[in-house]
Amino acid sequence: MDNANNNNFKAGSNLEKLLRKGEFVVTAELGPPRGASREMVEGKAKILKGFADAYNLTDCQTAMVRLSSIASGVMLLNMGMEPIIQMTCRDRNRIAMQSDILGAAALGIKNLLCLTGDHQCFGDHPEAKGVFDLDSIQLLNMSRQMRDESKFQSGGELKVEPRLFLGAAENPFADPFKFRAVRLAKKIAAGCDFIQTQIIYNMKKFEEWMGIVRDMGLHKKVSILAGITPIKSLGMAKYMKNNVPGLDVPDEIIQRLQDTKDKKAEGVNICLETVEQVKNIEGVSGVHIMAIEWEEVIPEIVERAGLLPRPTL
Amino acid sequence: MIVAESKLFEEINKLVKGYSKVSVIGCGDCVTVCHSGGQKQVEELALKLRIAAKREGRKLEVKEDTVLRQCEQEYVEPVGDYIKDCDAVISIACGIGVQTLVEKFPPARVIPGLNTTFMGAPVQPGLFLERCAGCGECVLDETGGFCPVSRCSKSLLNGPCGGSMGGKCEVAQDIPCVWHQIYDQLDKQGRLDCMDEIKPPKRWSVSTGSAPRKLEIKHLQGG
Repeated sequence: MDNANNNNFKAGSNLEKLLRKGEFVVTAELGPPRGASREMVEGKAKILKGFADAYNLTDCQTAMVRLSSIASGVMLLNMGMEPIIQMTCRDRNRIAMQSDILGAAALGIKNLLCLTGDHQCFGDHPEAKGVFDLDSIQLLNMSRQMRDESKFQSGGELKVEPRLFLGAAENPFADPFKFRAVRLAKKIAAGCDFIQTQIIYNMKKFEEWMGIVRDMGLHKKVSILAGITPIKSLGMAKYMKNNVPGLDVPDEIIQRLQDTKDKKAEGVNICLETVEQVKNIEGVSGVHIMAIEWEEVIPEIVERAGLLPRPTL
Repeated sequence: MIVAESKLFEEINKLVKGYSKVSVIGCGDCVTVCHSGGQKQVEELALKLRIAAKREGRKLEVKEDTVLRQCEQEYVEPVGDYIKDCDAVISIACGIGVQTLVEKFPPARVIPGLNTTFMGAPVQPGLFLERCAGCGECVLDETGGFCPVSRCSKSLLNGPCGGSMGGKCEVAQDIPCVWHQIYDQLDKQGRLDCMDEIKPPKRWSVSTGSAPRKLEIKHLQGG
């Protein structure tokens, strides 16, 4: 149960407190390196520091082996930044996940993003055994149970509960479309406190989904952060349109990039327009910026979107 | 049925080098249906082995036979004399058939000629698809009769992941998203509420990969 000492916060993270205050929050993604380099994590972190309220550390995204999410998160903590640890169900069973959840919380991490995970066939070890002992909804439920009921998934009692603010992803562009808000409701019932959506390029569809979310009253039960990714090149846009599962890149976006000389500048412009649009959608509590291997553009986006300075508590 | 496919001939041929008398034993059941271990495939493999041996200047005698069901000890009884007389046996049944020969005729060297792949069904001529994972706790009633354990690439229990697009699985365009199929089926049955409830983590203890499983039928065991 919630601890009275911290004003009934579930975890007391910066992210949780700002959302409670009603601030329009900014989270940003940091992809750990494919090597044992603290310098590379810290280098990216330095660029991002002060431009977001919390920072996602991806967990071997697209099934490529990378420096661990929790280890990277601790590096950020040491720099005075707030990490959001991503955890997928692909590589660990429930025993390992609970162990890592306890470890992360004991190290001072306060936000956990629960994901099913990209299939291992997309990564650099396609012959690996995909674990998927749990799915993202079961992972959320287990994490909530550990935090709020001091119980392991098995029902066994745990000694010091991991106080984590729980997040999940949701993809408004995946099919079956009508199930997508229902899936969000399941995640909320399982314990989800905040949602970071799939990257939004199809604003019409996102608005349609948000309409269903509001009709179901879900926006009052969970904080929704809209997913934003700047497009770096025409090639990237086409690749995302044709090769990345679960992404919806409309032809207009491709056309806009085709018609301009400075693709990067146009990519940033599209991002800024998206931020402006989602700010005006009822039920959107913030943005989650994922600049894939282009972290250095995040400060410019946050600044030009008028989201600076980030609030302090 | 159990679906299996032939190992590469070169792989099998390499394993019989050094032997002068081998037998090829097929199975008249599942692997006959999927054209990998029936009488016809026994004849073909035996012939290829003889030709290869001749070309390589080796002396090789190959006997051939197909039993009705290689997974049952009583059905493999008749080939016992062959097997005892041979240096090695190539079983082109599923892995269960291979092990039945091993158990029945110790210490015979039994070489698997097939890779056993999955439990599935012939859905059209020449196409077999996985349909069951033998998970030990069937969920088909709640999922409109489509199995998410064997047919979802991530064996998800709470609906499609974020990679389901246009009815296809994120893994490959030729794999239908089974959760999309489940959704459509439950919709037609007026049972979409089955998709609402949170399914708890699966009990993998009764599934494969936990411990070898058994079925005991007391009244058949005698004593």
